[in-house]
Amino acid sequence: MNAELRSLRTEAETALAESFAAARNSLPGSATVKAARERAFAAFEGKGLPHRRTEPWRYTDLRALLRTVPPRAAGAAAATALPADPLPGLDRARIVVVDGVWRPELSDLAGLDGVTVTATERLLAEGDERLGGQAGRLDDAMVALNTALMAGGVAIDVPAGVDINRAVEIAHVTTGAVATYVRNHIWVGAGGSLRVLETFVGADAAYQANVVTEAVIGDRAKVIWAKLQAEAASSVHIGTLAASIGAEAQFDHLTLMTGAALSRSQSFVSFGGEFARAGLFGATMVGGRQHADIMLGVDHAVPNGASRELFKAVMDGRAEGIFQGRIVVRPGAQKTDGRMMTQGLLLSEEATFSVKPELEIFADDVQCAHGATSGQIDEDMLFYLLARGIPRAEAETLLVTAFLAEAIEGLGDEAIGEAFEVVARDWLARRGRMVAP
Amino acid sequence: MPAVQETVDQVRRIDVDQYKYGFVTEIESEKAPKGLSEEVIRFISAKKNEPDWMLEWRLDAYRRWLTMTEPTWARVHYPKIDFEELYYYAAPKSTPGPKSLDEVDPELLATYEKLGIPLREREILAGVEGAGDRRVAVDAVFDSVSVVTTFKEELKKAGVIFCSISEAIREYPDLVRKYLGSVVPTTDNFYATLNSAVFSDGSFVYVPEGVRCPMELSTYFRINERNTGQFERTLIIADKGAYVSYLEGCTAPQRDENQLHAAVVELVALDDAEIKYSTVQNWYPGDKDGKGGIYNFVTKRGDCRGPRSKISWTQVETGSAITWKYPSCILRGDDSQGEFYSIAVSNGYQQVDSGTKMIHLGKNTKSRIISKGIAAGRSDNTYRGLVSAHRKASGARNFTNCDSLLIGDQCGAHTVPYIESKNASAVFEHEATTSKIADDQLFYCLQRGLSSEEAVALIVNGFVKDVIQQLPMEFAVEAQKLISISLEGSVG
Repeated sequence: MNAELRSLRTEAETALAESFAAARNSLPGSATVKAARERAFAAFEGKGLPHRRTEPWRYTDLRALLRTVPPRAAGAAAATALPADPLPGLDRARIVVVDGVWRPELSDLAGLDGVTVTATERLLAEGDERLGGQAGRLDDAMVALNTALMAGGVAIDVPAGVDINRAVEIAHVTTGAVATYVRNHIWVGAGGSLRVLETFVGADAAYQANVVTEAVIGDRAKVIWAKLQAEAASSVHIGTLAASIGAEAQFDHLTLMTGAALSRSQSFVSFGGEFARAGLFGATMVGGRQHADIMLGVDHAVPNGASRELFKAVMDGRAEGIFQGRIVVRPGAQKTDGRMMTQGLLLSEEATFSVKPELEIFADDVQCAHGATSGQIDEDMLFYLLARGIPRAEAETLLVTAFLAEAIEGLGDEAIGEAFEVVARDWLARRGRMVAP
Repeated sequence: MPAVQETVDQVRRIDVDQYKYGFVTEIESEKAPKGLSEEVIRFISAKKNEPDWMLEWRLDAYRRWLTMTEPTWARVHYPKIDFEELYYYAAPKSTPGPKSLDEVDPELLATYEKLGIPLREREILAGVEGAGDRRVAVDAVFDSVSVVTTFKEELKKAGVIFCSISEAIREYPDLVRKYLGSVVPTTDNFYATLNSAVFSDGSFVYVPEGVRCPMELSTYFRINERNTGQFERTLIIADKGAYVSYLEGCTAPQRDENQLHAAVVELVALDDAEIKYSTVQNWYPGDKDGKGGIYNFVTKRGDCRGPRSKISWTQVETGSAITWKYPSCILRGDDSQGEFYSIAVSNGYQQVDSGTKMIHLGKNTKSRIISKGIAAGRSDNTYRGLVSAHRKASGARNFTNCDSLLIGDQCGAHTVPYIESKNASAVFEHEATTSKIADDQLFYCLQRGLSSEEAVALIVNGFVKDVIQQLPMEFAVEAQKLISISLEGSVG
């Protein structure tokens, strides 16, 4: 191991080291995969858990926040009864992943003709060379940890020109207090199209989910991608999307976060071909003592790319909402058009919101902008509704729904957008019951 | 686009070696031994006849500094500084404490004349038409010492104390002890701690309760000696209801080696007081290949300590090889206000990492940030800023606008804002844009018969207007000239 070990480990770091030591020989994968795991764990050990001085993690100090790590999920859980559907009424195919293991008998793959779905274990055993192609570019301790311990998940392969109309969901379900390290892949060939959902739910337990999804979106492909993080109240969720998009491709991505005690959702999108368009949207709704962090990295590596980012966050109780965004325009990436907007709405005196929207620009013929706002519900608007006899809780719900809708509708998929708006309204209704009329 | 192409060509041809103030004054000087040690600090303190408490203060800072490491988070790159290779004190040899201007070394006076700084009280700033009888009091700091402070007597009549910090430590120890290090603690950061240990000279201003300072105060900093660092320390206190406007200018000779300038500026505004602090920073930026130039690592902070106080920072940054500077406001008093207006122009191989911090602690505090970055050549220009509202800062307001303009495809412009709100009623707005000069704006100007040079000048002037307007008149003129020199070719 060439990385220097830090002498002081936290309890969680010790647990992770033990977990890796116990599993390193039994984890699935070819020799190449095993070597990659060792490298990744060495990288993780060298850095340790991200902390306050790890700039991209400055608002989520895992060294302080992650006290313990539960044992790694071992094999398929017996559970056959799934939690309630988080998106009732939305028609889609479902790939159900329980505690990191794909369960075909619980899944429904109707309408996915021409698409191949493979268990990640098989890719690992075969040493598929596409593994790690996207995540490998990221310098992030939690992604390295996932690479070291990755064990489950699926790969969806949409060949060139195949247009899948039915949405497909990768439903992640965790059944108990375990740690899961899921790795998913999504490959969409040239001119292909896919509507994909990733959902995260679980039993009421202190589980920790670390999931990395790698995506390669081919030239002229069209992908709509929605993520719903509705994890159990005492869980930890660390999710990463690493995507590259080809020339003239169109990628729209929405992340809706309502669950988990501690969550971090990272999306890294790299422009690999010219004239591609990316729309990245987010809606966070947290309360109580929840901590929700969104990290976004957009890399305009080639000319003529366009990206739109719109993130909205609503914080109630003593919740902490965080957004860090970074648009990079590399030398030569002329005619790039990037616009990022972040808005935070604080519903209580003790909630907090931190934003760091960065622009890093090395080309002159570009149009880039970002904006950020933070505040509370506009008193005038509230008064207008109260004056018309609408109770306070309902008025607030109305205004907050309107605030979030802009980001949800940005995805540009009516059916998914509607289902997500229901989730948002449910959250507000639950909150509304807590607010005195 | 032809106009910009032409501009870029001309900028490349002329580049940064147009620096006007690169001459060296041949003057004998006295230096402390090279390197840094407790002895050197004792030497500096003794040179300045400082009381014991001051020496102890410096030594404490030095011991703390030895345990610190250089910050690396800024987007600037430079070879490691060898702090043992620097001289920490250099003073022109002349009669000790000249009583009047006549006793000052004529070589020095000639230097300031060349720089256009009026040291004779009857003079006014050169090159300003219609300035009439506007007067500016000047404190001239040459390497490590203050050479002369003008209009001292007249200011004294109004009750305003304006002198070098060395003099203040001797003459007004109570005021200095009360406020020195109260805004920027000695342990604040690597360079501020270094400054606390070795600071040589700088200005001290105290405006008593209810007094509106009758004239603009200004300090002109000049680095002349080779291999010396300049560590100035400025402390400005506006007592209840007072008002003062302070200007700062700086230049240095053209040398091949990099020189360090690590200053600390502390402002204290008590109840209802207002301080306006303007800087035109024109240190030597290095030559066209990026050789030489000043490392400008500065800590500037203002404390709006009393209710309804106001601190306003205005800066025009055109010089220095590397700038690392974040003039900040701590908005402690209820209803206090902080402002930051900045133009940062970088060309050649210059690196600028600058911005501000607005820390809202009091109720109904307001802040406003306007930052304009112009990057040309192979330079990098970063805005880095923090706006935060603490739990009790109900009704805090901030508006931030930072725009960047890129001239040429070899340069970079970056924006790194941090916004942290811990109070629901705090309203923060931030907007930033990056672009080049719009084709349609240029076309509009060209169509009306302007040359492309004139058009670019007009557009750049429009781009920075919000900030220029905030400068006192004398500086506005100088700032506009400076911007055109920095971007020579692009703004005619």
